[in-house]
Amino acid sequence: MMIQRRSYPWIKSVVAVLIGVIHFIPLYITITVALKPKTDMSSRWFLPTSVDIGNFLYAIEKAKIFNAMKNSVVITLFSVVIIIAVGAMAAYPIARNRSRINTLVQFFILAVMMVPPLSMLVPLVTIMARIGGISTYWGIISVLVTFQLPISIFLYSNFIRTIPRELDEAALIDACSPFAIFYRIILPLLKPVTATVIILTGVNIWNDFQFSLFLLQAQQSRVVTLAVSTFFAQSSSNFGAAAAAALIAVLPISLMFLFLQRYFIQGMVDSAVKG
Amino acid sequence: MNYDHDRRAVLPEYQHEHRSLIAKLRGRPHITNIMYLPALCFFLVFVVYPFAEGIRISFTNWNGFSQSYRYVGGDNFIRLISDGNLMQALRNTLIYGFGSTIFQQIFGLAYALLLNSHFRGRTLARTLIYLPVLIAPVIMGYMWYFMFQYSHGALNDLTAAFGMVPKDWLATGDRAVVIIVLVNTLQFCGISMVIYLAGLQTIPVTYYEAAQIDGASTRSQFLNITIPMLRPSIITSMTLNLIGGLKLFDAIKALTNGGPGYASHSVSTLIDYTYFRNQSAGYSAAMGILLFLLIMAVSLIFQWVSSRKEIDL
Repeated sequence: MMIQRRSYPWIKSVVAVLIGVIHFIPLYITITVALKPKTDMSSRWFLPTSVDIGNFLYAIEKAKIFNAMKNSVVITLFSVVIIIAVGAMAAYPIARNRSRINTLVQFFILAVMMVPPLSMLVPLVTIMARIGGISTYWGIISVLVTFQLPISIFLYSNFIRTIPRELDEAALIDACSPFAIFYRIILPLLKPVTATVIILTGVNIWNDFQFSLFLLQAQQSRVVTLAVSTFFAQSSSNFGAAAAAALIAVLPISLMFLFLQRYFIQGMVDSAVKG
Repeated sequence: MNYDHDRRAVLPEYQHEHRSLIAKLRGRPHITNIMYLPALCFFLVFVVYPFAEGIRISFTNWNGFSQSYRYVGGDNFIRLISDGNLMQALRNTLIYGFGSTIFQQIFGLAYALLLNSHFRGRTLARTLIYLPVLIAPVIMGYMWYFMFQYSHGALNDLTAAFGMVPKDWLATGDRAVVIIVLVNTLQFCGISMVIYLAGLQTIPVTYYEAAQIDGASTRSQFLNITIPMLRPSIITSMTLNLIGGLKLFDAIKALTNGGPGYASHSVSTLIDYTYFRNQSAGYSAAMGILLFLLIMAVSLIFQWVSSRKEIDL
């Protein structure tokens, strides 16, 4: 474009990087807080003169951040696997079979996507307590799966609709049963959209706070978001260690994002735009 | 397949077979429908059943843990209308929802326009703007707390450098609400940005070239080409942000926990507070139903308005 040719590109560079830096400020401040010992009273804007990892050691020991990390990993892995299996399976008939009932089912799934978790707080906690699901892996996994399933079904069914029906029909003529069509023809084609499903639901589950806060009450069962938030509540005088805990908690996803950035952004766009 | 019987006579064997198979695939008895039953089971057990149970609890005076409770009819719902704290929370929820939506569109669109060309630093900027999207909102809230904290807060250090008196930023209700909106905006405007970037890439350059030949100003190109062509992106991004903002919980928990007093509660955080602190599960369940209806109503109205405007064009 003409306008772009006339402007000075370095101004754009400066402005863009400046905006990026502004967005990085909270993370930067957290880093400086985490790296300074309690006795260092210098402003949070300045990096410490010498690196002190005491806060990290304290966070690992007191906030049991590694135990929480283990819980988060287990919960995220199992949830995502179930979400993929149940979601892909559910998407196939929804994408392929047109009927009034299926339109209704689809509408219902979209409605679940909008349900605010907190509107279910009291009954969900009550029911979970009744069936013994509080502070258990299966309890939190089933609830997280339920609330992430709609997005997975939605992405999968949109994707399956783009697969030509002729493929199904050809397989059918070769004496494939309708179920075999799914496992042999459709499923192998779902790889790219599965990457999107893993990224989107995985991030949502790893970052979950609303359900974990109420359903994981025992210290032993805490996930990273809970470990950090309890740590903050308890250690109001020791912000350094709390900051360290926060950094450890966000490190895995941040690293993954830096290496797989393209997939993260593409996944977000696909899920939003193809809706 | 019974309805294929009449064709059997006129069609050769293989064609008949073919047709009946296709009919099996497209036809009525959708045997593969059983494949969505596992998903429906999840929804039934963890959405529909709790929802029904929530309605039942909302008609009781249950405190959340004791064995005994009474049915109190519609008392909890009458209490909703006269509850000043709830009205405050409702007002805040709408501010969180619509406030973040507006700011996120402004930031997201501005960033997308800026980053929609190739120059040095573009990828770095995009990475830094999008990174917060992937951080747990509750942890992001704590990170911002290091900024807004009174003693030793980073923002106070900054204002002190300009000779201003340190402030307790989160101690005033309305200021806390605005800060929470901004924190939510800065964390999630990366989503709007990438949606708009994707949208901008679909606008053909020829449109701008034609407009330039006709002597259209940059401003009029923006208003007459960019914005109308971005309509689908705008609607998508706004819907996402609106629902996200109305559900806001984590950032509030981290930054103010609803305080000072009840001043920055959203309906979500007030439900939590009413249940665990005030131990009125029945009333809290009634608020839950209100929140559910609110979000359904707002998103339906929003969808109706945005689809109507499309016809006007």
